[in-house]
Amino acid sequence: MPNFASASTPSPMSRRLFLSTTGALSLGAALTACGGGDSGGSSAAAKPVGQADIDKAMTTPTELTFWTWVPNIAKEVALFEKKYPAVKVKVVNAGQGTPQYTKLRTALKAGSGAPDMVQIEYQAIPTFTITNSLLDLRPYGASALKSTFVDWTWGQVSGSDGEIWAIPQDTGPMGMLYRKDIFDRHGIDVPTTWDEFAAAARRLHKADPDVYLTNLAANQVAAWHGLLWQAGAKPYATSGKSDITISVDDAVSQKLGAYWGGLAKEGVIGVEPDFTDSWYAALNKGKYATWITAAWGPVFLSGSAKATAGKWRAAPLPQWDTAKPSSGNWGGSTTAVIRSTKNPIAAAMFAQFLNSDPASAKMFATEQFFFPATKALLTDTEFVGDTPSFYGGQKVNQVFADVSSTVNSSFQWPPFLDQAATDWTETVGKSLADHTDTVRALGSWQSRLTTYAKNQGFTVKGS
Amino acid sequence: MTAVRRRRMAGPLFVAPFLTLFLLLFLAPLGYAAYLSLFQNRLIGGNVFVGLDNYTQALGDPQLLHGVGRVALFFVIQVPLMLLLALLFALALDSGLLRLARVIRLGIFVPYAVPSVVAALIWGYLYGPDFGPFAQLSHDLGLPAPDFLSEGWMLGSLANIVTWEFVGYNMIILYAALRTIPQELYEAAAMDGAGAWRIAWSVKLPALKPALLLTLLFSVIGSFQLFNEPNLLMKIAPDVISSSYTANLYAYSLAFTGQQVNYAATVSFLLGLVIVIASYAVLLTANRRRTP
Repeated sequence: MPNFASASTPSPMSRRLFLSTTGALSLGAALTACGGGDSGGSSAAAKPVGQADIDKAMTTPTELTFWTWVPNIAKEVALFEKKYPAVKVKVVNAGQGTPQYTKLRTALKAGSGAPDMVQIEYQAIPTFTITNSLLDLRPYGASALKSTFVDWTWGQVSGSDGEIWAIPQDTGPMGMLYRKDIFDRHGIDVPTTWDEFAAAARRLHKADPDVYLTNLAANQVAAWHGLLWQAGAKPYATSGKSDITISVDDAVSQKLGAYWGGLAKEGVIGVEPDFTDSWYAALNKGKYATWITAAWGPVFLSGSAKATAGKWRAAPLPQWDTAKPSSGNWGGSTTAVIRSTKNPIAAAMFAQFLNSDPASAKMFATEQFFFPATKALLTDTEFVGDTPSFYGGQKVNQVFADVSSTVNSSFQWPPFLDQAATDWTETVGKSLADHTDTVRALGSWQSRLTTYAKNQGFTVKGS
Repeated sequence: MTAVRRRRMAGPLFVAPFLTLFLLLFLAPLGYAAYLSLFQNRLIGGNVFVGLDNYTQALGDPQLLHGVGRVALFFVIQVPLMLLLALLFALALDSGLLRLARVIRLGIFVPYAVPSVVAALIWGYLYGPDFGPFAQLSHDLGLPAPDFLSEGWMLGSLANIVTWEFVGYNMIILYAALRTIPQELYEAAAMDGAGAWRIAWSVKLPALKPALLLTLLFSVIGSFQLFNEPNLLMKIAPDVISSSYTANLYAYSLAFTGQQVNYAATVSFLLGLVIVIASYAVLLTANRRRTP
């Protein structure tokens, strides 16, 4: 309990103390040698760790713990252990997503039991940097990897002062999967703008009342964030340590609210929760003619809607402005290093190797069917040239690889995403499901988040 | 060691294992929760002692009050129905008039063996408004499908799941109590000319009172702690079940969604208090009835 305060408001002094007491003396020296110009205390770049230190760390017998929910990741880990035989990595599955974060938070507060490296989704990074739980990877050479990864992913893992909080692993640029057979039957062209999409939704549902053009899940805040992202919204902006701007009901958001809320109210799209029995059945039975999803969607769908093999195709998201095609991202993970690690060098080297080593990165694409975060794989002819029969031989990966380059790079997440998600479900999501005023619900979301942020000690700007 | 001293030591020794566990697993967490509830740990600004501020906030928190109100309503409707059913089954089994009594007894008890998480998942599927069997059946009959997951039906749907889960459990307690009634009482009643119904009413029911009270107490505690079922149905009906649908769910989401551990501790503490008061009220009314 007494650790809570110091854990959430670290000073350079406490970090120095902490590092020296954990035995990382050489690193502590490097970190504290950051000079006098640093006013914030947590942001100045530390001096790089020398190659000699790295060589020493990578040849000293070490055991690292890595929390991840990636299935069969032992194969990638083995590549690392082969290159650095002295370092052993213990892989632990501590749950997927929120359950893992909850355990991690508990371990961090308890001061013991936290892993050295952890799988973390892009949207969860600020939730852990606000508590100073992640290690800045710049001193370990992570800056050199910038050009390896797709530009927008680098923006997602970078801090406001240039810190590198994690290394991208996989991504989820958003696109649209659609049922070619249903489109053909009703003479619908693949919509390229959201206006065409709305018209198609009305036409399709009128022609066949059992079919909807799509389902916008009333529980799926990640999809909503992805659509906000595509539309160029900036719902959250943080500056400094405690200032935050929350604008989840600005003009862009209201445009989205009116659009989707309108379609839901008219009853021409579905609004049922996704990833439920009923939703799987709906996809298998052709209740929905499209699934607005991310780059991981194609493989996922081919496994869960087997009855519809060969009928699906992929296309980019419809656009608000066809002159400037853009997309958002939904999902994808990174590897971060926990600040309390006793072996920061080895842990940081692992995070980098796992995701940037060409063999390891490729394995994620071929073994786990992850959608890559490295530029090299997005132009790899073997990867983008794949022609799965579920999609009638279409080069689905190429479609999403093209989308990936249009993902807006300036989107930011709040340091309390879980709360934002719950509040969204209970305001905006509820308005979609209940066919009530979505634009007004955006206002409730805004005020609930503002109240929460103020209670948590943030200075909320622009509201 | 003298015999007297040894005898004096025996009592505490026997109680020690219980006391240790009681201290470690009950009093210590309770004390820790009480301690936590006096602080406020913010994302910005750290941990501050706030005294009873969290309690003042909780007592005026509409989300908490609605949650408690909802489980109270649930308790008033679901528990009498469930206990009545359990009582009827227990009496029927005890009457010895049922064929295949063992199979029936097991059949009613088996749902209790199904983990409540699994049960809620299965029922969630059954309730499905599109492809659930009830919906399919009404579709085939040309009737409008009942929407078990709508706002109006939800509490009833939850009550159904909980009843299904716990009728067998309560039945076993009541049935076991019935088996301990001395045979002579029945013989005496029969000699006095009492029929099966009269025996059930005048002999069995009074003898069952302690067991009924026990099941009632368990049900008070269970109802007010309602968590698993709404937590799982939330996934398929997020617009109906909010994160504060029941008080327990509210405490959970405060702690794990909002990082408001201290306020969650306050809410849990108050919920515990509500349960203690409700249990006490149940005991008091029951005792008053027993002594005319």
